[in-house]
Amino acid sequence: MRARKAWRPWGVFAWLAGILFALPVLWMVLTSFHSESDAATNPPSLLAPLTLSGYEEFFGAGSGASPWPPLINSASASIGSTVLVLLLAVPAAYALSIKPVRKWSDVLFFFLSTKMLPVVAGTLPIYLFAQFSGLLDNISFLTVLYTSMNLPIAVWLMRSFLAEVPSEMLEAAALDGAGLVTTLRRVVAPVAMPGIAATSLICFIFSWNELLFARVLTGVVAGTAPVFLTSFVTSQGLFLAKVCAAATVISLPVLAAGFAAQDKLVQGLSLGAVK
Amino acid sequence: MATQTLDRPLAGAVRTGPKRAAEWARRAPLLPALVFTIIITQLPFVVTLIISFLRWNALDPDDRGFAGLGNYIAVATDSALRSSVVSTVILTVAVVVVSLLLGLGLALLLDQRFRGRGFVRTLLIAPFLVVPVAAALLWKHVLYNPEYGLLNGALTWIWGLFGGATPPQPDWISTMPKIAVEAALVWQWTPFMMLILLAGLQSRPADAVEAARMDGATPWQVFRYLTLPHLRQYLELGGLLGSIYIVQNFDAVFTITSGGLGTANLPYTIYQTFFQAHDYGQASAAGVVVVIASIVIATFALRVVSSLLRNEVKR
Repeated sequence: MRARKAWRPWGVFAWLAGILFALPVLWMVLTSFHSESDAATNPPSLLAPLTLSGYEEFFGAGSGASPWPPLINSASASIGSTVLVLLLAVPAAYALSIKPVRKWSDVLFFFLSTKMLPVVAGTLPIYLFAQFSGLLDNISFLTVLYTSMNLPIAVWLMRSFLAEVPSEMLEAAALDGAGLVTTLRRVVAPVAMPGIAATSLICFIFSWNELLFARVLTGVVAGTAPVFLTSFVTSQGLFLAKVCAAATVISLPVLAAGFAAQDKLVQGLSLGAVK
Repeated sequence: MATQTLDRPLAGAVRTGPKRAAEWARRAPLLPALVFTIIITQLPFVVTLIISFLRWNALDPDDRGFAGLGNYIAVATDSALRSSVVSTVILTVAVVVVSLLLGLGLALLLDQRFRGRGFVRTLLIAPFLVVPVAAALLWKHVLYNPEYGLLNGALTWIWGLFGGATPPQPDWISTMPKIAVEAALVWQWTPFMMLILLAGLQSRPADAVEAARMDGATPWQVFRYLTLPHLRQYLELGGLLGSIYIVQNFDAVFTITSGGLGTANLPYTIYQTFFQAHDYGQASAAGVVVVIASIVIATFALRVVSSLLRNEVKR
């Protein structure tokens, strides 16, 4: 009992490390609520009055393009590709885990190996194809690419989650004459729901964050939020609060989802291999 | 577990029924994902391979033709490309090693019991959850800026506390561009390493540690002979996943330095050769070189992952 109440140096170190790592993020949020003149002071002004002017500026009360189209593009590409990924990955993972096809591990490795090839080396043919077929600056085309980007990870994750569905339940379903779709919907989906949630979260985050494809393949119409953020790359000191507001708004969906589902994120990010 | 127990009754079913139809029924749910993946991820690489043997610059459309190994020779002799290979290796190794070590330290800290552990974990995850471009912008403008960045602001503040009138105000990005990019990436990737290693620590059998302590093992001995061997596959997994993503890094290099000051890595250089120099042939050759390098890493990676898979099946 005494040991439990004693002063713990490890706890103090951990707290210091936590604050140090979170500090840039906290500073970004604080700066986004400062006026431009308070944001750009040296030494920093911790106690400057708070204002929403950075956000007003960002959402277009001032000059510049509206961030709404890129935010909507990002949302539709991320949500759309996540839905597509699930539609393709769940049956595939089902085939690989519950009813192992022959050489199932080779198929699994093939999926994973596609993640290890650098995206940039396939970008030119994809760009030329999009140009040729009029799909440049088209959010649906980007959605399909994001689906292919996340599908291998999703198959891997879903396979390890589906392997936990008790075989008795499947046998019972088979005896009752349930087909594939019914089995997936009535038996597999309810048990695998936490896994499906984790997989969706990870696919959403990767799509939301993606920059290279979006930058190469989109333009005025289909530009996503990360592409919109790159318009701040060269901006100078006068816009610090606006830059911070932009970075905060665009990171918010991922921050909120990630904080809400920390454990699922750990499980998913380690590709389901670490349990 | 489920995989193994289910194998037998199904195998029996296949033998009795029409074999072919049953096998196709098993494969059918797999096919859409497989076909989709092959078309969208493999075909482009084949096309890249073909283009890499062509003389094709979009700015010079009349001079198109077979180039043989010309593009590869250009890649091997182009000093900018060679330096971007070196940059990629340095960037990847530095970021993976440093973030693994920091992640290990933080995971060990978080494995202890202390007040507010859940909250500290939440604080530590924050860097990983910021959109990469936003994180890079944050470091470029909010932290590194020589005039009003937080780093120099903190220096001014600390000097002020001790009455110093002239604090050092380095221009971080131009004096140490590589370290500037690496620091931002280490900050983003350390939480990822920490999460994987923490999962490993928490799956460590507690009774073995307890028994070792009873036998008088020092904390260092417990770490060296029990914890570290147990963490090995988690360290490998973190290192490999980290390498796969950091080799491909585009966001940080593009945002923080725009590839300047010797920080251009291969993805950035290929991007530029494609979309600014429009030299499709040469960029494709560089792309093929990256793919070959990645296959070398991936072969090793798959071996490690397959050992993880074996463990899982054994369980």
